[in-house]
Amino acid sequence: MVDIPEHLLQRSAEARAKALGISVEQAMAEMKGQSDPTIISKEPEVKVIDETLAPAAETPAPAAETVTPVKEEHAAETTEKVAAVKIEEKAPAAKTPPPAKADAPDEVDFAPDVKVTQRLLTVVKAKPIQKPVKEPIDKVNTWPHLMLPEFVALMAMTAFLIFLSAILQAPLLEEANPNVTPNPAKAPWYFLGLQEMLSYWDPQIAGVMIPTVVGLILWMAFPYIDRNPETHPSKRKFAIMFYTFFLAGAGTLTIIGVLFRGPGWNWVYPWIDGIWFDDLLDWIHFE
Amino acid sequence: MSFRDRLKETRAKASDGFRGGKLMSSIFRPGSPFRKGYVDSPRNRSYVVMNNVLYHLHPVKVKRHGVRLSYTLCLGGLSFFLFIVLTITGIWLMFYFRPTELAYVDIQNLQTTIAFGSLVRNMHRWGAHLMVLVVFLHMSRVFYHGAYKAPREFNWVIGVILLLLTLLLSFTGYLLPWDQLAIWAVTVGGNMAGYVPVVGAQVKFGLFAGLEATTATLLRFYVLHVLFFPFIIVIFMAVHFWRVRKDGGISGPL
Repeated sequence: MVDIPEHLLQRSAEARAKALGISVEQAMAEMKGQSDPTIISKEPEVKVIDETLAPAAETPAPAAETVTPVKEEHAAETTEKVAAVKIEEKAPAAKTPPPAKADAPDEVDFAPDVKVTQRLLTVVKAKPIQKPVKEPIDKVNTWPHLMLPEFVALMAMTAFLIFLSAILQAPLLEEANPNVTPNPAKAPWYFLGLQEMLSYWDPQIAGVMIPTVVGLILWMAFPYIDRNPETHPSKRKFAIMFYTFFLAGAGTLTIIGVLFRGPGWNWVYPWIDGIWFDDLLDWIHFE
Repeated sequence: MSFRDRLKETRAKASDGFRGGKLMSSIFRPGSPFRKGYVDSPRNRSYVVMNNVLYHLHPVKVKRHGVRLSYTLCLGGLSFFLFIVLTITGIWLMFYFRPTELAYVDIQNLQTTIAFGSLVRNMHRWGAHLMVLVVFLHMSRVFYHGAYKAPREFNWVIGVILLLLTLLLSFTGYLLPWDQLAIWAVTVGGNMAGYVPVVGAQVKFGLFAGLEATTATLLRFYVLHVLFFPFIIVIFMAVHFWRVRKDGGISGPL
């Protein structure tokens, strides 16, 4: 048996009380089977409803008559089962059986015996069939809230690049000559960390193993290794520490390779021995 | 009505007539600010993004926290933008450059006799360095936000490939000026590739098109630099951007 929620019971009790002209408590008690059902039909009551719902209909009397037996029938049934609550709301009156019926017997009545009733068969609880899983996200329009700052950033970058290119000349040394080896011969700056490592370890390790295994395979596989779903820095301290150490290490090696290595890959101090990195040639002239 | 007002009205009428005309309506899709009767409404704000081939890289709406400059610092967008700048300046440079023994002379001419040659060459070179830096910073930003976590794992993998391709593009371009800096930097880098176990010598030979850096290497690096790697990187970029949207836009908030 369906457990009828209290607010629905209350609502039907109110409707019943209004229709029968009894108190709500009384209606409720009847519906719960705690007292005898009221078998009253109040004509004026029906009239009022009739007028409000169908003001054009001026003949309420036959309507009231047709309603009355319905109510009696209901009342009799109500006593049988507690849960099978019947609500006669405004519907019987609202349907307003045509008063012309008695006057025009020739008219075909398609369902002469059907009494318009409404019953509360079951209660579907107020719960959606599909549960929305996603929380609504706070969003803004891309135009203009994202595209405007983006545009400003692009313009700023363009201005910066043009300014940089206007004041700093890209290096161009003598023509390439395979017979004259500069000392030191340095790779582009982003490989100088690797070149620095090459001076410590065997090239098989520093030049191949570390860049491919650590630099590529481990790096690509990182999301599959780090299974911690948290994104807040305080909940992934190891990952943050790991990356920061990597950053500091790579940065240090690169800076050493760029600035602190001179002829023969020996240690130099840039403020004493000068800068041995030709890509920075014009940066020095710029001083 | 003053002359000034009448002038204003005439101008507005002419502008409306032009912007509402058949030509402009055929070029700009509904909701474009260039069409007549554009008003700032939520509907039109959506249309601006939806009805433009360039803008619809973005979704119509984005998470509010992602718009804050301090969240992304625009690093991903700037990487892409620098790539575009490098493409434009690079195509321009290609008009004046021959990847042969004449390469060095061409660069000299570019710097001394061709209008804006020096500026464009500088922009291309510093822009390339900047792009390596910005891509790396973008990766660091993504790491610190934990943005590589599910469902974005695979996009991180693509991102690492993009970083690798950026380095390769920069490295192949390093040789093209054909000066002492270029040839010896590439020699050092190529020698590193020679340490690869088993196939090291073959890799080095393939990279140099010989045993050492020559003009054959120059041609090889040129083709890789202007055609092959840009082609590959554009494909990976397309997948990268597409996945950003498919994986639910920007990550976070933290």
